[in-house]
Amino acid sequence: MSDQTNASAPFVRREMIAEQPAPASEAGVVKWLRENLFSGPVNTILTLIGLTVIYYMVSSAWPWFRHSVWNASSLHECKEIVTSNYGEGAVGACWAMLRERWHQFLFGFYPPEEYWRPTFAFGLLFVALAPVLYFGNRKTCSVVVGTVAVLLLVYFLPHEGHPVAKFVAAASLAALGALAWFAPKRLLWFTPLYPALTFWLLWGGSVWTPVFALAGVAVGVLAYRLAGSLGTVMATSIGFLATVLWWLFLSGSVAAQVNGLLPIGLEHVDSDRFGGFLLAVVIGVTAISGSLPLGILLALGRRSDMFLIKSLCVGFIEAIRGVPLITLLFTASLLLNYFLPPGTTFDIILRVIIMVTIFAAAYLAEVVRGGLAALPRGQYEAADALGLDYWKAQRLIVMPQALKISIPGIVSVFIGLFKDTTLVSLVGLMDPLRGVTQVVRSDIAWKGIYWEPYIFVGAIFFAFCFGMSRYSMYLEQKLKREHR
Amino acid sequence: MSDPHAIDREIDRSHMQVSDEVAIQITRMNKWYGAFHVLRDINMTVMKGERIVICGPSGSGKSTLIRCINRLEEHQSGQIVVDGTELTSDLKNIDKVRSEVGMVFQHFNLFPHLSILENCTLAPIWVRKIPKREAEETAMHFLEKVKIPEQAHKYPGQLSGGQQQRVAIARSLCMKPRIMLFDEPTSALDPEMIKEVLDTMIELAEEGMTMLCVTHEMGFAQAVANRVVFMDQGQIVEQNEPREFFNNPQSDRTKLFLSQILGH
Amino acid sequence: MATASDAPKAGFRPSMLIYDTRYRSITIQVFVLILFVLGLVWLLDNTAKNLAAVDKDFNFGFLWTRAGYDINQRLVEYTNDSTHGRALLIGILNTLLVAVLGCILATVVGVLAGILRLSRNWLISRMMTVYVEIFRNIPVLLWILLIFVILTETTPSPRDFRVTDEMIAAGEAPKASPFFFDSIVITNRSAVIPEPLFTRSLGNIDIGIFLISIDLLAFLAAIAAGVFANRALVRHAQRVQEATGIRPVTWWKSILLILGPPILTLYALGFYLGYGELAGFNFVGGIQVLHSFTALWLALSLYTGAFIAENVRAGILSVSKGQTEAASALGLRPGRTMRLVILPQALRVIIPPLISQYLNLTKNTSLAAAVSYMDIKGTLGGITMNQTGRELECMLLMMLIYLVLSLMISTVINIYNHAIRLKER
Repeated sequence: MSDQTNASAPFVRREMIAEQPAPASEAGVVKWLRENLFSGPVNTILTLIGLTVIYYMVSSAWPWFRHSVWNASSLHECKEIVTSNYGEGAVGACWAMLRERWHQFLFGFYPPEEYWRPTFAFGLLFVALAPVLYFGNRKTCSVVVGTVAVLLLVYFLPHEGHPVAKFVAAASLAALGALAWFAPKRLLWFTPLYPALTFWLLWGGSVWTPVFALAGVAVGVLAYRLAGSLGTVMATSIGFLATVLWWLFLSGSVAAQVNGLLPIGLEHVDSDRFGGFLLAVVIGVTAISGSLPLGILLALGRRSDMFLIKSLCVGFIEAIRGVPLITLLFTASLLLNYFLPPGTTFDIILRVIIMVTIFAAAYLAEVVRGGLAALPRGQYEAADALGLDYWKAQRLIVMPQALKISIPGIVSVFIGLFKDTTLVSLVGLMDPLRGVTQVVRSDIAWKGIYWEPYIFVGAIFFAFCFGMSRYSMYLEQKLKREHR
Repeated sequence: MSDPHAIDREIDRSHMQVSDEVAIQITRMNKWYGAFHVLRDINMTVMKGERIVICGPSGSGKSTLIRCINRLEEHQSGQIVVDGTELTSDLKNIDKVRSEVGMVFQHFNLFPHLSILENCTLAPIWVRKIPKREAEETAMHFLEKVKIPEQAHKYPGQLSGGQQQRVAIARSLCMKPRIMLFDEPTSALDPEMIKEVLDTMIELAEEGMTMLCVTHEMGFAQAVANRVVFMDQGQIVEQNEPREFFNNPQSDRTKLFLSQILGH
Repeated sequence: MATASDAPKAGFRPSMLIYDTRYRSITIQVFVLILFVLGLVWLLDNTAKNLAAVDKDFNFGFLWTRAGYDINQRLVEYTNDSTHGRALLIGILNTLLVAVLGCILATVVGVLAGILRLSRNWLISRMMTVYVEIFRNIPVLLWILLIFVILTETTPSPRDFRVTDEMIAAGEAPKASPFFFDSIVITNRSAVIPEPLFTRSLGNIDIGIFLISIDLLAFLAAIAAGVFANRALVRHAQRVQEATGIRPVTWWKSILLILGPPILTLYALGFYLGYGELAGFNFVGGIQVLHSFTALWLALSLYTGAFIAENVRAGILSVSKGQTEAASALGLRPGRTMRLVILPQALRVIIPPLISQYLNLTKNTSLAAAVSYMDIKGTLGGITMNQTGRELECMLLMMLIYLVLSLMISTVINIYNHAIRLKER
């Protein structure tokens, strides 16, 4: 190999040098440690501090976990067991409380013999979500629906109950599974039916109430079709009007009539028996699905050219974003009676859901507005050039892109909303965090317990919220790949 | 030759002399990224006043090589001596070398929060400890030289790519470097702006600056360089004076590369 | 004049109200306006009817009547003979106290965590990731309740601190003892920290609504003077550098200038610490820090700190690597690079979301209701509302106060955004 020290002498390499392994100091554990933990005095000190903190936390929490007690009927008994097993002064977690009270954390005061209803509704939630989250993906949809169906059947069949009801449940689960496999796109039809079904499962009562409420939507669609020649805006208004009229004047009486002829129903459960994660999920899921369309409409309104519509939307969004959720919840529980016609009363859970929905919608509107603003002008112009009217342009061109851009923001609003469901305890509802924990802690047997319930509830919240944020990261990556 | 940026002006070679003083000396230098051997046994001597063009396919290690010269990248074995200072992990040496060596990047890397003038005076004031007024005078001098004195109080975002790259050159010159490194200075530019940047570089060469350019502008190489170095797979494959290099390449790899880049 | 617009007017047909783009938007707006006004009238009418039904009216006169309840944490004087309006003032001050202290602690925690999360130290960056993820994904209410419960249920009662003659005789130590050189006492009722007292106190001045301690004003003025003097020093250093190129060493002068005046003021006023003393069944003297305050403050700071950490991280990452490289290539040392190149750019990205985190924290102080801290909700929306039965007035006033606070903070964001846009272009 020739030497190139002679500066400008021509040089040609005839044989290429093969790749050599890196010197030992450049690879392996030692290098990793040196580079990542001890690369300088500051880093070394930081590492030592970090190790101390971890040691302190583990050394104080580990014995407590190791001495866990799962079988006891009171905190006092727990402590006795720990003392007798591990000596005086030993500490131990008392998970026995969960063993005895887990059902309250999950269902509140929902009648225990009816637990299958929220369980069923929760399982079906995934069936309703699958076609939305993984639209048209046969494999994933089928796996989700299949898993849910099998789990529900395993849970459900050994239960006592009417054989006909069991047969109906098993048959409908099987039908859903078949639908997911043979026509995964059609599975989306189940999603709009889900709210009515869940309402009926959770609150019970006559099956005809939700059926005829759904029929209202059908009436609306029919009216929209009939009025189709009058233009989108007019037809939508007429359809909407028809639905509202149906709900106000016909739905109730027809349902009562039919129920008289053919009484099918579940035992009615009052709202005040709802609690725990059942309540959090009911409020969270309803508010999430309600706030998205409302938020999109508000965002569009805020970007509208029409001065009045724009200022109404801006005023609404800023007013809602300017006050804490708690004040809205108190409004729901204290003031709504003043604003509605005398004598109107309606369910506190529903009132809270409406307020949470409005609250989240105002935040979503800002996120979606950001997405709309990030969209290049050319997209709007192209939509105009294609001759699409405003709503078609929004639906087919603008929104799909704007929503994609805003996915991280939307999901973080949803996470915030789900965490905020804990605030309903302040208006007297039994949320899992404060409501149920208070009930448990006021029982003389479990007085003074605090780590265990908070760890349990915190872990479940963490699982939900962390899952959502990971899903949004996955989606973001996926969309980025698809865009390329 | 079908080079779109062929240099059609007369080059003034009166100051372009290669002295016998060594500016940069690289001996048996190796570098790894993890287990990947990026630079293999590099030996290179650069004399004062030399104008060297380094070319090669992407991923051949040419950018890494010049980034090692001002220690933006660390080498793992061998020796790099710049102007008599050896690059080791000693911070004093690194500071010394960096203040002697100017660098121009592919993406300009101007500081967007500072005006053009402030971009040019930042380092002289804080590193060279030059009074502000003096630094501003120097900066204006070099901005005039790259022909954009009237933009001095604007911000980088308001300038075109070519103008930004010329500011970046002026910013480096304000430190009065003895050696200039160019890391693909024209490859992020629109075609019509490449010429203005090349013109600036040619003027610099005419003044006798020691220059190492990673570039694919073969017109520039033929007009200005006194040596062309071709790199592939992290090693120097061929070097020669430009005419010989382009007209009579020796290695098969060089031939292949030239045929691709010149579109023959 | 306007001949061009005459032509279409001639052919006006009613259907153009819907199909002509010129009139269509007016039609829609008029329609919306009518609906809006109708809705408003409907709401007001309902409210009037409902109020009449329970024999109530709508007025804020109750704010000037006697409150008749005590508030256990008050920054300015208040007794149960004060008015509801004054109770509201106490509530607002308590809200602001938590909000301001929370913002400060959250910023410290968030900036530290955000920077450490980017550190090359693997262990520390992982630990910060865990901190951020745990706090962001669990409701803040949980942290408030947990800290509150730990403080109230695991701490000793005041009598455990008692040292009796028999115990001294027997050589026994009391069951519990204060922390930090006997200065901080944490009991199950509250934490007692030393209180600043002055032998040569200047007294108070009455500014109409409440009294303000002149000692405090003097102290604040001294701090302001120190900061101002330091600014002059830095400016001087700047001028020297511009003239000669060499920046004079200023750090020790800065420390002297910032710390000097406040310390001298304290000395002149005869500053000493008053410790809490056990008297009977409780501690007297010192400053009693309620556990509800501590829980709210710590939980909100740690929770908001996790979000701020993410903003700081994103802000620093938003400055491209090329900027650092260019600065290094010019010979700038890492510290200077950070101060002169990275931070000025990162701050523009960090500050707007940072302020909106402050806004969130301020709104979240309303969670005080969960631990019975006497903020706006505890006073106006709590006891005052229950005593007077004026839900409508209290809730509306409360929302208005929060709205004004929020609008003030968002105005700051807008001014900042506007200012940096001007500077850039």
